[in-house]
Amino acid sequence: MAQSEQEILEGLAGIVNEVAGTPIADITSEKTFTDDLDIDSLSMVEVVMAAEDKFGVTIPDSEVKNLSTVGDAVSYIAKASVGS
Amino acid sequence: MKAITLPATRPGSRILGTGAYRPERVVSNAEICELIDSSDEWIRERSGIIERRYAAADESVTDMAMEASGKALASAGVAATDIDTVLVATITHPYQTPSASAELADRLGTHKAAALDVAAACAGFCYALAQADALVRAGSSTYVLVVGVEKLTDIVDFTDRGTSFIFADGAGAVVVGPADQPGIGPVVWGSDGAQKDAITMTQSWAQYRRAPADKWPALTMQGQAVYRWAVGEMADVCRRTVAAAGLTLDDLDVFVPHQANMRITDSLLRQLSLPDHVVVSRDIATTGNTSAASVPLALDALVSSGQARSGAIALLVGFGAGLAYAAQVVTLP
Repeated sequence: MAQSEQEILEGLAGIVNEVAGTPIADITSEKTFTDDLDIDSLSMVEVVMAAEDKFGVTIPDSEVKNLSTVGDAVSYIAKASVGS
Repeated sequence: MKAITLPATRPGSRILGTGAYRPERVVSNAEICELIDSSDEWIRERSGIIERRYAAADESVTDMAMEASGKALASAGVAATDIDTVLVATITHPYQTPSASAELADRLGTHKAAALDVAAACAGFCYALAQADALVRAGSSTYVLVVGVEKLTDIVDFTDRGTSFIFADGAGAVVVGPADQPGIGPVVWGSDGAQKDAITMTQSWAQYRRAPADKWPALTMQGQAVYRWAVGEMADVCRRTVAAAGLTLDDLDVFVPHQANMRITDSLLRQLSLPDHVVVSRDIATTGNTSAASVPLALDALVSSGQARSGAIALLVGFGAGLAYAAQVVTLP
């Protein structure tokens, strides 16, 4: 069942919080993973892997570099989970 | 009709002694950053590496292997003349032929021991150790010298900010011999050649020969892809390896993962929830990633410092280019 973008954002915020310790309130759509949330390339891999598990989607390495903001990731996951 | 006769098999094999060789020259992150746009802090955060060792220009793979092997033989109490098989895991012996192992067998003074190199990159030592165990148990060999050695600085591009800070040089060795109780457990291993480009060379030597104006072949790595594979799959490999030996994670005393990246080690520890008493190798901090040499170097550091006691149960896991992996449980000498 497709999840709303709000549900995905909340789930993703939980993952980022777990991986990087970022306070959940700071994790909003417009934030960039690298500059705003201090998620480096290896932490991003862990975020992506956890998101794949949680949302039942596949996010290939070739897509990861296009996911600049939290909102980009939410949109990608929303689209990917509709297709699955 | 005549039947083929086989030698008597043995109930087990074990590691009888370890040895290591760490090149003299210590290279700091600051020195690495003279050629790449990076910083000491960035390198420590991404890899856990503080410093690494580089071999001298005239120091060869077999020179380093000699040093580590001599120490392993002494610690095992086995004479070079008793070694009947030499296995050298390496990807940096810079001759297509002959093998590093044949040269090493001769320089050590073995009686013309069987010799072959094992090319499984960072998994190479664990692959070779599995072979040694099988050879001894089958009765094909009695004392096997297993070496992991790399001079990665010969193939590293010092201007590649994705790899130059990671790789380094060194050698580790063990002597494997017969045992009444198995001291080397079943190997769990495999490869995924579909991901062969994740760690590879920028081009082949044949391509370079046809276009010598190009940059010479160098090691290159898709860091995120390798990280994803390692943290995604190696915890399960560890669990399967311990189960294959008839043990549980609680039975482990020592964990020696390939020293690829401290972050991979940390991730495996989180996933495995190993008990607090388990000694975990973090040799990468001062050694860097030495590919096939990493596991035996890390093992020797724990054994020779007394951090790991004799008889302790250790889980070894190697993983890297191929992408190939191999793991086994061993008892320490």
